[in-house]
Parts: sequence; C-alpha cells; structure tokens
Amino acid sequence: MATNYNRIIRDGLWDNNGVFSMLLGMCPTMAMTTSATNGFGMGLATALVMAASSLLVALFRDQITQEVRIPVYILIVAAMVTVVDLTMNAWMHELYKVLGLFIPLIVSNCLPLARLEAFAAKESVLPSLIDGIFMGLGFTLALTIIGAVREITGSGTLFADASLLLGPAFKVMEMRILPEDTTVLMMILPPGGFIATGFLVVVKRMIDLRSGKDIQMAGAHSVG
Amino acid sequence: MTSQRTLTHAMILGAFCCGFGMLLAFTDLLTAEAVVARALEDRQNSLSQVIPPTLYDNNPATDSAVLKNENGQEITIYRARKAGKITGVAYEVRGVGYAGEIKIMLGVNPEGTLLGVRVVSHKETPGLGDRIEEKKSGWILGFAGLSLDNPPVGKWKVKKDGGQFDQFSGATITPRGVVGAIRNGLEFFAMHQKEMIEVQ
Repeated sequence: MATNYNRIIRDGLWDNNGVFSMLLGMCPTMAMTTSATNGFGMGLATALVMAASSLLVALFRDQITQEVRIPVYILIVAAMVTVVDLTMNAWMHELYKVLGLFIPLIVSNCLPLARLEAFAAKESVLPSLIDGIFMGLGFTLALTIIGAVREITGSGTLFADASLLLGPAFKVMEMRILPEDTTVLMMILPPGGFIATGFLVVVKRMIDLRSGKDIQMAGAHSVG
Repeated sequence: MTSQRTLTHAMILGAFCCGFGMLLAFTDLLTAEAVVARALEDRQNSLSQVIPPTLYDNNPATDSAVLKNENGQEITIYRARKAGKITGVAYEVRGVGYAGEIKIMLGVNPEGTLLGVRVVSHKETPGLGDRIEEKKSGWILGFAGLSLDNPPVGKWKVKKDGGQFDQFSGATITPRGVVGAIRNGLEFFAMHQKEMIEVQ
C-alpha cells in the first residue's frame, strides 16, 4: 500500500489536529499559551520530541512487544525530553531560559504517546517520522494561535519577546495591538486558556462544516 | 509458557532501559561542562544586577560562603571584593506572595545599606503581582540605598499597613511579601554582619 504523505501532513496540521480535533495535550496547551511566543516555542520543542520518538518507535516496532509497549513508549518520550532539555541548556541557553521550565511538561503531554500508539507502532520509519513532525507542527500552530488570541486580548501585544526566542532580527514581529487599558487580564489567566481554546475549537469545526467535510468526533481515529 | 513469556518481556524492557540509560549518560557527559558554565554565567549576571560591577574586581559567583539563619536554613552568600577587601555581599531571601514563594536576591554593602534588589523567581499573577519584576516596572529599584534604619523598622511595610512602600492597585499581598522578605534579609545581615564581612 502506497503511503499517502499528503494525507499524513493534512491530518497533522489540520484535519486531525492534536489540539483542535483530538483535544490532546491540554496541560501544556493551557499552561504555555499566555503569549504567542511561548506557545510557538513550546510547540517547537514538542515537535522535536515527537519527531525523535516517532522515529525511534518505528525503528524498534518489531522488538517492542504488545505487553511492554506502554512503558517503552514512556521511556522513549522521557529520554527524548531529557536529551532536548540538556542540549538546549548547554548550547541554546537563551532559548532555554524562556522554555526551560516547560520542557519537562512535554512528558505529561499525551499527544506524543497517542501518536506512538496510533501511528508509529504500526507504520514504517519514514511515514512515522513525517507523522511525528507534522503532528508536532500542527500542535505548534494550535498553540501559537491560542497564544496569539490570549496575548492580544489579555496583554494587547502580539509576539512580545519573540526576539528573545528567535534572535534580535525578529524584533519587528513584536507588536502592540490594543492599548494596555483595554485588555482583559482574565485571558492570560487560566480561565482564558479554556475560553480561548473552546472558541477556537468551535471556529475550526465551523470551517470544516462550511467546506462540507465530515466532522470527526474528538479522538475518533486517534486510538488504534 | 507464561513464565518464559514474562521473562522475554522483562528482557525487552530491560534492554530498552539499558539502551536509553546509556544514551542519557552519554548526553549528560557531552553537556555537563557547558551546563555548569551556563549556570555560573547566569549567577554572575544576577549578582552584577544587585552589586554594581564597579564595586568589585573578583568574581563574586565563585567567592561564596554558607551561613545558617535563625531557622537553621543554609544561606549562601556571595562576596564582592575590591583589592581583597569586601565591598558587598549578595544573598537570596524568600518571601511568601499571593501564589507561593518569591525568591529575591539582595546586594548589601558592609554598612548594611542595600546596593540593589531583584526578584529571581515568583509565581505571582501576570499583570498584577508581576510588577515586582524589574522588567515590568521600576518598583523594585526603589529599594537601593535603603537600610534597616532608613526608613525606620516600623515603616518597612506597604502603605496599606502603615509603612512607606507603594502597593500595586489590585495587588497588595505580593509587595507586602517582598517588603517583608527584604526587611528579614536586612535583619539577617544585621545579625551576621561580622561573619559576613570579616570572613576570609
């Protein structure tokens, strides 16, 4: 059976988006989307871990037996998170100062685990790697959008501190959208995370409905 | 046989643990040196914010000593020296804010006057309590130059409690915690002044 890479990419980025369709990984989603920059950074770190762990699981899928698969997956995700954590601390320290606190949170994200179980455990190496990368990028997209909505409504800025994360050249991305006294503080507090995510899930479903697609129930084909 | 299968699974799991354990050990080996160097740089940066760099010619981050406070907690002090003479000490104090602990770094000169104060970490409400950060407002800068007698001890409180320090609109608990922690820090200095500035 020829692998449909377009399908995998579309699924990861939009159709079966980890946050907006499957509603997985809510812990880092709520915690890290107080600004678009934070969401973006957290998403990229997660994408890196997902790509590496999907690749490893697909490589060893014949050795990992049904009975021990869950501990092995957790072991792999945790090991990848630690490797990313140590490497970033040593060689990308400025980035680490912004994201460091949140990288360990990736272990508690069930999206990587869900993709390992639903995809990488059954497919060969290349499709699994692609799935890991694009599910991760879909997660990044979702976190950046939620972060942007919360940041604009809550702080009035967009991509604040982006230059800390991406380098001084990205200073131009840092914008003030609303004056400070018109912002709603609640949006950058925990309730704002639920409200923004809820509305964005609705928006995504409405777009899908308009385009005449069958609506998938949350998680409909996330668990194999 | 069941036990045979159990053994196989145990071996598989064990093999993965060994493999990834080795990967982690290897990564740690590669990064350990850089991680320590980065931590030292961070400490130097935070120390140079509470003690003006013109006051010292040593590296305070590596010139440290450990003292015990009245509760038996160990407090690491960093010493700034110029030509071998101690010109200031820096140490971390902890206060309780609205959402948990606030860690604050104090820089104090040998006479007990604050050289600088910075909040190192906190979990206060963004937009309200986080104005204790230097990045968000200049409030924390107002402590430089103060000491235990200036203002008098009774005035080391936020205005709402009859003291002289501004609280923030919508957030009193956070500045109250910070002011209290700084006052405790200065009292700690007063109690240990000798040990702090006369040690070698």
